[in-house]
Amino acid sequence: MRSVTKAYRPISWPTLGAGGDTGSWRMHRPVVNHELCTKCQFCWVYCPEAVIDRKAITIDYRYCKGCGVCAVECPTGAITMEKEE
Amino acid sequence: MATSIKKLPDIEQVLSGNGACGGCPATMALRMVGKALGPNAIMLLTPACSVASMGMTPKLGYNWPCINITFASAGSSASGITNAVEIMKEKGRFEGELPTVFSWAGDGGTYDIGFQALSAAAERNENIIHFCYNNEAYSNTGVQRSGATPRGTFTTTTPTGKRQPKKNMALLMLEHNIPYVATATVAYPADLYDKVVKAKSIKGMKYIEILAPCYLGWQFDMADTVQLSRMAVRSGAWLLWEADNGRITFNNPTAQFISGKKNPEAVDEYLMKQGRFSRLLQGPDAKERIAEIQGDVDREIAFMRERAKIFI
Repeated sequence: MRSVTKAYRPISWPTLGAGGDTGSWRMHRPVVNHELCTKCQFCWVYCPEAVIDRKAITIDYRYCKGCGVCAVECPTGAITMEKEE
Repeated sequence: MATSIKKLPDIEQVLSGNGACGGCPATMALRMVGKALGPNAIMLLTPACSVASMGMTPKLGYNWPCINITFASAGSSASGITNAVEIMKEKGRFEGELPTVFSWAGDGGTYDIGFQALSAAAERNENIIHFCYNNEAYSNTGVQRSGATPRGTFTTTTPTGKRQPKKNMALLMLEHNIPYVATATVAYPADLYDKVVKAKSIKGMKYIEILAPCYLGWQFDMADTVQLSRMAVRSGAWLLWEADNGRITFNNPTAQFISGKKNPEAVDEYLMKQGRFSRLLQGPDAKERIAEIQGDVDREIAFMRERAKIFI
């Protein structure tokens, strides 16, 4: 009985993926062309999901929702949206 | 001069994989707020999209202690917590630096339902930061009109377009004589970051309002969230300013319109990009409707220009 009470204790803890693996919501996948990338970090700053690595400009596809904000904001056009298979 | 994007801190308070829509401007803004406030803060959430997007128990998408409170009580709950923390410190039950107490409310929890408690908290000058992320409608419940909805907008409760202009909430808060009021938007993250850092350093009631273009409520393509936010500022539909102890200063690019160096762009392009306006701006009276909205925008710019001159 005690363990049941503990399990239903209404406290949440900060965890990655609180909404599940949100990458499955994606319709289009952002792909970075590293030859065009100037590492200006605009995609990193505007990403609502915080899935872009600031230094390497790589995307964590497990959680990326594919909104396309990074592709629109990229000043050199290094990020393109490709249809998800 | 705003902080360069490359100098923003690495800390992330909004964790990946939360339940927000893709391209959500609220999480975009909250990330910048998190960078400025750091982990030592207590977050209060009134019913809003941000509560829905924090994930399901026992997981939490924000890296702060979060408290879900009733709709009308953003101001009063935050006052209670900030006072409790201070008294605990006084009695020696709490060690270390006092946490920043902030409420994160939508425009419903600020403009309409939460206004009474917020106004009272401002009058008492409690040591809190109230953030209003303004998506100009009750987007969480399916886009109903709110006090922040501008004239001519389609919402589910104003199917022929709202007839009244929006109210200037930031100015209302300024008239409470609080130490710091600012407006920001997601397209200018460094500007938002600087304002939050400044608010954190001031003791007393702080109010920061962030324009958050919601692609579902405003009916545009979700990739254009930041573009719409930028267009709102460039057309003068949203003004960027801050008031430090009552003295209003404008931030670029709004400062250029106010000083007359540059004219704001016409609102047409901004309006036509949003389904909530463009679906009503058809037919013979379209020009009059656009002129009416442009009139509201021009009036607001002219009013704020004159209001900024008053400082005693």
